[in-house]
Amino acid sequence: MKNQKIFILSGLIPALLLVLAFTYYPFLRGIIMAFQDYKLFDLRHVRFVGFDNFKAAFHDPKFLVALKNSGYWVFFSLIFQFVLGLSLALLLKKPFRGRGIFQGFAFYSWALSGFLIGMIWKWMFNSQIGVINDLLLRVGIIHERIGFLSNPKWAMTSVIIANVWYGIAFFAIMLLAALQSVPSELYEAADMDGATGIRKLWNVTLPYILPTIIATTLLRAIWIFNDPTIIYGLTNGGPAGSTHILSSLMLDKIIYAGDYGAASAIGVIMIVLLLLYTIFFLTVTKAEKVGDF
Amino acid sequence: MTGLQKTLKVVFLGLYLLVMVFPLYWIVITSLKPQKDIFSFPLRYWPQKFTMDNYVNIFKISKFHIYIGNSLIVAIIAALIVLVISVLSAYVLARFKFRGHSQIMLAFFLTQMLPGFIALAPLYLMMSKMDLLNTRFSLVLMYTVGLIPFSTIMLRGFFQRIPSSLEEAAMIDGCSRWSALLRVIIPVMLPGIASTFIFAFVQNWNELFLAVMFIDNDALKTLPVAMNSFILKFDVDWGAMSAGAVLSIIPTIVIFAFAQRFIVEGLTQGAEKG
Repeated sequence: MKNQKIFILSGLIPALLLVLAFTYYPFLRGIIMAFQDYKLFDLRHVRFVGFDNFKAAFHDPKFLVALKNSGYWVFFSLIFQFVLGLSLALLLKKPFRGRGIFQGFAFYSWALSGFLIGMIWKWMFNSQIGVINDLLLRVGIIHERIGFLSNPKWAMTSVIIANVWYGIAFFAIMLLAALQSVPSELYEAADMDGATGIRKLWNVTLPYILPTIIATTLLRAIWIFNDPTIIYGLTNGGPAGSTHILSSLMLDKIIYAGDYGAASAIGVIMIVLLLLYTIFFLTVTKAEKVGDF
Repeated sequence: MTGLQKTLKVVFLGLYLLVMVFPLYWIVITSLKPQKDIFSFPLRYWPQKFTMDNYVNIFKISKFHIYIGNSLIVAIIAALIVLVISVLSAYVLARFKFRGHSQIMLAFFLTQMLPGFIALAPLYLMMSKMDLLNTRFSLVLMYTVGLIPFSTIMLRGFFQRIPSSLEEAAMIDGCSRWSALLRVIIPVMLPGIASTFIFAFVQNWNELFLAVMFIDNDALKTLPVAMNSFILKFDVDWGAMSAGAVLSIIPTIVIFAFAQRFIVEGLTQGAEKG
């Protein structure tokens, strides 16, 4: 028994210590910074300022735009990633010749960095020599070039398109695995009842994979909300702050402005929103076991 | 399936494939075009002339080979350390029940949901205080820490699929738990371990923001940091930038091509079981 205790401790301590010291400690310190005037270029005047950073944020038009954008960003990225990912998973469920190779080409975006994907799409969206403008002109859908990233009317849509492209594979991979775990007896029973394809999908497949759908969507929404890399690579929030989401604005304030207090305040607001979202989501879906993994 | 359905399926899959592959195709083609063709109209979808100029150029105007080396060193070392630490914690969390078990799982799980960049500024200050700015060690340390929770959750899923009777048998035969783990369990786990390693490597290879914060010594930059300063410096040189992007992408694509099945299995199993 004593041996076992030693084994448990020695197995856990390295992981726990590192995570506590270099994830949770700086994280908590970041939360404290949200209540401080903390600027990298003025470290001698660090002091507590109560809720000033939060007040400043809500008076900052850039923040309000980023708040609204975060909503669009998560909602539309998620909907399109999910619908396309699910369709793809359903079509890939039955084996066909070349499926393995197809999956290789269909899922590789997973292995790329959001930053590089942002860069590649920035090149394709270029308003002068971008290939997307060229293609749309050739086909005749548009008659003059569109400033996909330079026109604030288009910029957010363009950024979301790139993000959808990036994330379909994630949903497809997760949902495909779930689909393949549906026991075939369920389909046999449905066949005996004379169910058609769509009915089987609606009555057998979807209910069976619902827990995976719920868990995947919940997690994915949070990751999309938190991840600024694609936006950083594509527009870095521009033009004029019109494509910042909360996380990219926070990053901007850390890397470029060195205003740690303001950045942390945005971070704390993000945590509050995430909490509200998670509670809302779990209540609506009544999924008690989702958080289990 | 009716003929119409089949056609629709082929059309959808074909379109999807086209949309997925085209950006990669385009960046590769751009990197192989002569400078003047990149900016000339009409755009050419298949270059008249292929050239390696952009690749030669990028090694000339920057220390690209050094960045590649730095990225490899940091990504591989951190992925190996993550593996050792996480195999242990995952095994303990899979096989034993003890006080604090679910709190630890929750603590690991939460790190995946919180907006981690809140910690970025404090981490910068910590690294500065420990005199670790502009060292590869700072990146190895932070990449290791960053991946411990996810790797632990993922590996735990793999351990749970292996019946514990396996190591119990070995222990009855006189193995200690350590050697049972090392000699009996880990060999069975190799696919899971491989996919965790690959996942960790790819994450490290791609990581940008910690590296941007910690490193500004040119000789220590990793590829993403180099690409980042590259964009700031040569914003319009898309030939060289696409060559750099292709070089950054190649290792992950190659790994992905070889290990796709492992990774997909690993990610989904780890997530489903947990």
